[in-house]
Amino acid sequence: MNNRNIVLFVGGIVFGFGLAVGGMSKPEVVLSFLQLKDFGLIVLMGCATGVTFVAINVVPRFIEKPILGGEFKPRTRILNRNTVIGAVVFGVGWGFSGQCPGSALSSLGIGNLPVLLGIAAMFLGAYVMGRFFG
Amino acid sequence: MFPLGVTSYLLGGIIIGLGVSFVYILTGQHATQSSFFSSTISYFSKIPYFNRKTYLDSREWRLYFAAGVILGALIYTVTISPDGFWTTLVQWWRLLIGGFLVGFGTRLSSGCTSGHGISGIASMSTTSLFAVITFIVVGAITANIILLLGVTP
Repeated sequence: MNNRNIVLFVGGIVFGFGLAVGGMSKPEVVLSFLQLKDFGLIVLMGCATGVTFVAINVVPRFIEKPILGGEFKPRTRILNRNTVIGAVVFGVGWGFSGQCPGSALSSLGIGNLPVLLGIAAMFLGAYVMGRFFG
Repeated sequence: MFPLGVTSYLLGGIIIGLGVSFVYILTGQHATQSSFFSSTISYFSKIPYFNRKTYLDSREWRLYFAAGVILGALIYTVTISPDGFWTTLVQWWRLLIGGFLVGFGTRLSSGCTSGHGISGIASMSTTSLFAVITFIVVGAITANIILLLGVTP
């Protein structure tokens, strides 16, 4: 395991721990947000984004490059038909199941084995997208 | 508004942000989730879409990252979780159909709740902001329609 992979592994542990602390590992919590009964996930996403905002926009003013090398580059995507249609399809699936990719993985960690079905279906969906629309 | 209180959401969000920030400051990578599916498929498929440079370059660390996410939630469960191991009551066909649409949609959109939601908005990407508003609004409409149809949970 090289240093980069160790960092990603540790970062993943922190990420998954946070998802579990925030309750997002439970599809029920996500659904209660989307049913507009509990707005806590807005707080969770706001805090996660706020902390990351500092890392992306402030930290690079003090250190020139990532500590293990490479470069700092904000994440940008082009707005096109696919971004919009994809977000709509994702929204339907999210509202249908209360799962998104990260929350589904962390859900496995809290022992929620039925989510394996959801993760397998996500692989299938990603495959169909790349195979026929990629 | 907040029947479960805000503390766990606040703490969870900050911890997630620290995980993403830790990775970014050390490696410059955006620790996002949904590309994991496409990059992992590249190990098994010769289809050009999956064998793009971006997936081939990231597929190894994405596996480590995904394994970490699972382990992190497991650590929470066996240490401070008030619930211990936990299983959803959401019906299997919802997980299945929803999962398929999540896999398809996030890849078509090039981002999910973490890619567009955390890293994208923190990068001040208007595309990501637009995508996030779209999937939250569509997700809320979908979840409420299903609720109105009497499906619980």
